[in-house]
Amino acid sequence: MIGTAGLTQVEGSGGGGIVPWATLSGYDSREQVSVSATATQVDVDNYRLNMLGASASFYDRLEVSVAHQRFDLKSLGGDIRQNIVGVKYRVYGDVVYSDWPQISVGLQHKRLEDNAIANLVGAQDDSGTDFYVAATKVHLGAVGGYNLVWNVAARATKANQMGLLGFGGSQNDSYELMAEASIGVLFSRHFALGMEYRQKPDNLGLGEEDWTDFFVTYIPSKDFSLTLAWADLGSIAGASDQKGLYLSFNGQLW
Amino acid sequence: MVSSMKNLIFIALVSWFIAGCASNNTSVYSQLGGQPKVEQIVDNFITEIEFDPIMFEYFKDSDIGRFREKMIEHLCFLTGGPCEYTGDTMVQVHTGMNVTESDFNHGVDLFIAAMNKADVPHPLQNKVLAVMAPTRKEIIYL
Repeated sequence: MIGTAGLTQVEGSGGGGIVPWATLSGYDSREQVSVSATATQVDVDNYRLNMLGASASFYDRLEVSVAHQRFDLKSLGGDIRQNIVGVKYRVYGDVVYSDWPQISVGLQHKRLEDNAIANLVGAQDDSGTDFYVAATKVHLGAVGGYNLVWNVAARATKANQMGLLGFGGSQNDSYELMAEASIGVLFSRHFALGMEYRQKPDNLGLGEEDWTDFFVTYIPSKDFSLTLAWADLGSIAGASDQKGLYLSFNGQLW
Repeated sequence: MVSSMKNLIFIALVSWFIAGCASNNTSVYSQLGGQPKVEQIVDNFITEIEFDPIMFEYFKDSDIGRFREKMIEHLCFLTGGPCEYTGDTMVQVHTGMNVTESDFNHGVDLFIAAMNKADVPHPLQNKVLAVMAPTRKEIIYL
């Protein structure tokens, strides 16, 4: 069904915009393989995140993704680059048809290309791995006849600002469990509106805050989608109140 | 921010509340407009199948007249209309066909096209799909 492939989130995994979902990135069924590509930009007051990603989904069971992030420091100059490899395994269910939500487990292994800024802010490591479990369900016709989709995820992480500021810090160097959630309504087969929330740790003592976004997605066909969101990323490395536009293109290559 | 989490939970609760209010006592069958619309959807679906090589393969040896009659009964019954379904169970019908998940999904897309051509509004299409969705496990991989 159109729209059920979802999007690719900022770390390259199939999801919403900032949260991984239990869905895999494609329309593949148990007989099929699909490949998709994504380009995303999040432009907030003092920073700009550029992300390029590709993912392959196998037989509606396994997703493998790669992503490259370039985080532009607009006010200071320069950038931070990070590479992420992700794997997600569907444990149970179908997001539309099963009685219980679709459940997946996944990991995201992240590695900074240069540890200079991570060291500067007091991070312990320049690489790290997040582990998550996500549950996603579509309720057909649940909101006045419109399809409702919700997702909740729990993530074990040591990452500071998703890893861009390294992993662990002086305040905390252990894995912590973070809650993430998304809710959306498909107002036609081509438009979805929703909101996302992502809890974040504050390992560095720099007042790292949780993320939220409100999104609208346009899905003209199964081959392409376009998402526009208003993102509130809170305080990043001492620069408070970072808000701005999130724009993402997602294409199904195969 | 805790307030953001509260907002999200609030939106979720409001959505459930609206969902509860929307599920009133009028059957999906009545909302569709009764028997004429059910027949139109099934006729359109048969036309979609006839022009689709993947789906036609499953139907090439079928008695289309009987399929039409039984599917109209079934759709009427599932949507809460005043009909009795007198056909074989979904499991009986599909056993041996080995309907794959991708072909099932393709069939759903054709059924949505049939509803589009019958001018069924999108929210009502979703309600029809919601009552049909549980039959999937009685259809695929048998």
